[in-house]
Amino acid sequence: MTGRLRVGAQVAAVGVVAALLALLVWKVAKGTDNGVTSSLATGGTPTAPAFSLERLDRSGELELESLRGKAVVLNFWASWCGPCREETPLLEEGWKRWQRKGVVFVGVNVKDFRGDARSFMRRFGVSYPNVYDGKGSTIGRYGVTGYPETYFVNARGRIVYRIAGEVRAADNLDEGVERALAPA
Amino acid sequence: MRRLPIRRVLALCVAALTLAGTATASEEQPTPAELESELICPVCETTLDTSSAEIALRMKARIRELIAAGSTKGEIKAEFVDQFGTGVLAVPPKEGLGLLAWLLPLAGLATAALAVGALAWHWSRGRAAEAGPPLDPELERRLDAELARFE
Repeated sequence: MTGRLRVGAQVAAVGVVAALLALLVWKVAKGTDNGVTSSLATGGTPTAPAFSLERLDRSGELELESLRGKAVVLNFWASWCGPCREETPLLEEGWKRWQRKGVVFVGVNVKDFRGDARSFMRRFGVSYPNVYDGKGSTIGRYGVTGYPETYFVNARGRIVYRIAGEVRAADNLDEGVERALAPA
Repeated sequence: MRRLPIRRVLALCVAALTLAGTATASEEQPTPAELESELICPVCETTLDTSSAEIALRMKARIRELIAAGSTKGEIKAEFVDQFGTGVLAVPPKEGLGLLAWLLPLAGLATAALAVGALAWHWSRGRAAEAGPPLDPELERRLDAELARFE
């Protein structure tokens, strides 16, 4: 009985160690990639992860799914992020040019104070829809690695282009929008 | 001799009351330093007191604003949880899923203690069985006599 118990305890200990090791290997191999960034890197067009978030520009929520059928520019930003301040005028100008062609710009404010986000929007005259994700629930699913980051989603809800970091020029923004508008 | 336990009990009561008073004061009038050690910077994921990230600086400023406005520690933490979720708390709350973080280590310790106890019991029982039946009294007497000769 003692021998069987000892063997059982040893098997259980080895099992626990093996499970922890497997978890470590899986976590290291997976990293922060959720499939979106690796799919884009290999020329894929992954589905834009769904979300429904509180709006900052007015009351209520915005559901990404409700924009299906339109090209969407998703910009992840925060008021405390320096490059976000730099690119916002460019995004606002882009929104004014592209909105007539049915393109929707959506700002996703992450890990920020609501009040700070609204002050930022007022300061830069942001008029495109913005949602609040203080907990950062979307960033892991999109594979956002820093701020700002911009994703271009086509009418079928697929991500076709991504700009990691600041949008530096209107041409850069237009390239993403044109890809999102191109027939799938 | 009989007074000692009473003194100890009184000392413990005084210590408990002092600690309770300190805890209440801390809840009613928290200091920025204690809140900065109890809240996490959501970007760098370290406590605010060890972070100089922009959002951490903004959070520290907000803590000072709320303290100046007379908010209690609970109210300040509640505001941060509302903005950033429960992940902003350095210590998980003792309710809901956060309670698991408190109970699981205790359950693990209790399970380990039970397992060690069970193993020790089985091993000691095995040793007793290995010792075999008691010696015949006559043989034991002779053995004692033989051993006594060597002393």
